[in-house]
Amino acid sequence: MRKDIILSGVGGQGILTIATIIGEAATTAGINLKQAEVHGMSQRGGDVQSNLRLSDEKIYSDLIAQGEADMIISMEPMEALRYLPYLREEGWVITSANPYKNISDYPEEERLMRALEDIPHVVKLEIEDVAKEHNMPKCANVILLGMAAKYIEILSPQQLRESIGRVFAAKGSKVVEMNQKAFDIGLNAVKNG
Amino acid sequence: MTEKKLLLGDEAIALGAIHAGISGVYAYPGTPSTEITEFIQNSSLAKERKLHSTWCTNEKTAMEAALGMSYAGKRALVCMKHVGMNVAADAFVNSAITGVNGGLVVLAADDPSMHSSQNEQDSRFYGKFAMIPILEPSSQQEAYDMMDYAYTLSEHLRLPVLMRVVTRLAHSRAGVEVAAIREENPLNPDNERTHWVLLPGNARRQYQALVEKQNELEESSSKSPYNCLEGLDQGCKHELGVIACGIGYNYVKEVDTDGRSIPILKVSQYPLPVEEIRRMASGCGHVLVVEDGQPFVEEQVRAILSSDYEVKGRLTNTLPRTGELTPDNVGEAIGRNIKRPFGNSQVVMPRPPALCQGCGHRDVYDALNKVAAEYPDARIFGDIGCYTLGALPPFRAIDSCVDMGASITMAKGASDAGVFPAIAVIGDSTFTHSGMTGLLDAVNDRANITVIISDNLTTAMTGGQDSAGTNKFEAICLGLGVEPEHVRVVVPLPKNMEEITRIIRQEVEYKGVSVIIPRRECIQTLNRKLRQKKADKE
Repeated sequence: MRKDIILSGVGGQGILTIATIIGEAATTAGINLKQAEVHGMSQRGGDVQSNLRLSDEKIYSDLIAQGEADMIISMEPMEALRYLPYLREEGWVITSANPYKNISDYPEEERLMRALEDIPHVVKLEIEDVAKEHNMPKCANVILLGMAAKYIEILSPQQLRESIGRVFAAKGSKVVEMNQKAFDIGLNAVKNG
Repeated sequence: MTEKKLLLGDEAIALGAIHAGISGVYAYPGTPSTEITEFIQNSSLAKERKLHSTWCTNEKTAMEAALGMSYAGKRALVCMKHVGMNVAADAFVNSAITGVNGGLVVLAADDPSMHSSQNEQDSRFYGKFAMIPILEPSSQQEAYDMMDYAYTLSEHLRLPVLMRVVTRLAHSRAGVEVAAIREENPLNPDNERTHWVLLPGNARRQYQALVEKQNELEESSSKSPYNCLEGLDQGCKHELGVIACGIGYNYVKEVDTDGRSIPILKVSQYPLPVEEIRRMASGCGHVLVVEDGQPFVEEQVRAILSSDYEVKGRLTNTLPRTGELTPDNVGEAIGRNIKRPFGNSQVVMPRPPALCQGCGHRDVYDALNKVAAEYPDARIFGDIGCYTLGALPPFRAIDSCVDMGASITMAKGASDAGVFPAIAVIGDSTFTHSGMTGLLDAVNDRANITVIISDNLTTAMTGGQDSAGTNKFEAICLGLGVEPEHVRVVVPLPKNMEEITRIIRQEVEYKGVSVIIPRRECIQTLNRKLRQKKADKE
């Protein structure tokens, strides 16, 4: 099996943490992985993305070709749409529905949501709002990972959940528990939806 | 099975260098090379071995210190981004003339597509210019494995080795299997003064010896485990053969060739393996060169093959002349049909990076814009760092940004020509990197310029590395001869706006060199420290 995933968002929203959790789970499971990141200038509030490629077979390219991505996982709705040319026809878009408006010409929300709904396979949720409701504003990214978990397929939700335990272990059991709870909130939100 | 570690290309290089027995890394931060030195700084084995890993003031001091470590018999690594090679070039080119004692690897991280850079120069030209071997890994595993190979090669040829990577390798993670760990070299300073004292008489002999070594370099390339010709069927004539350099190889390997058999010559060591190129070309109708960066190989291949042999690549627009390789443009060049079920969304707007909320540079630009509005002829010369973002809205404050340190010297030149006011804005780390010499020129010429050293106590753009001049700026400026009453320090906060604008006005009106130092810690490093403190308490 092969899964090509584009992670997107705005600098500082924590997409690299999502990549780290998936990457750790893949390495533990013995699945091949390549993950291209963006460092440097664009991290200052600009658009950021990471190409994450998982496969049972050898992976050559660090980048995903256009029309080849199985999923776009995005912390921000407009940023999900930025990478649409990379999505394959049957691909899924899993995104936060909370806009991050740090530019003056940010599109009207209604137009934005309509554009998202035009995609055949899309899951969206106001994850920032959900994270605040549960008093875990810093865990919005892990809620998003939970939402995406059942679509990743090459790794099970359980493998991802365990990976969260290892990735956050150094920060103590409280942080681990909170992030696993955030993951479950995302996972269940999709199950119920 | 050996343990697999998930490493960035940069981290694989760092670990490979540690395992190859380096005694030190010398570097100035620069995207996409920064994580190499950071990894060594945080490595427990490097700490245990007390490997040198503190940041250098600039790439030239780094290159020279690394050469000194090599002179002393130990293995050294020097890392920089591509434009850093311009700064290090004097030492770099001459290190090929002196040769090395302990192994010396120069790592240049190129940035095709200019993700975080002001040009996309290709460092392989520097390697050819200096006439030394160049390595260009195609994967994180190769980057790791190549470090030991590079040091062995360097010590065997007694030459520095240039290793060239690009952003997409440097900043991409993959599983890497690690090898045995080698001991450091013993201290063994070179006694051969005729190699190291580059008086013309010695330099001529050394240069002649370097020229004579070139055959050995070519032989090493043709035997290299990192260069290989695959898929060439001697019995038939292939329509197309591909020369795939560095990570270009990966994109070629991913193309679905619809059953067409396309031989690939993978090139990861230079000088080019000339015989292999001729051998592949003779079995193929034409050749496509796939290389990230400038058409370095393509131009050479045209010279190697007969003039009527068709060579395609960036020069023929088969691949774009500018920008990085992607699976898409390589796929198209080989003839893959790209299926894009979804087009570009019309709703998406550009989201450029911006200065952080609460950043001191913001207050500096607010103040500068206020004063500049009173002088319609004012020109503000910027420099390289976070504060380059002052060029974008809402500030639109700077008129130029060229290279490290150019703010001060360009302001001086413009002032010499009659521009008034001529104001330079430079960060603390950039000032010590390449601004100090320009300030001395300005002082010696009594230039009428105002220099703003926006001091956030760190090298912020690359992620908050130590800045060489922290706590020394007033002393440096006074030492260079700036008048004490014209070295002014302010705290860039909105509540101090009146004082800051008043001081800028006064210093603009002063006919001579003045330096204003707005000083407030970078909010990124400040927040990191606060988080760390909080975590330590818990």
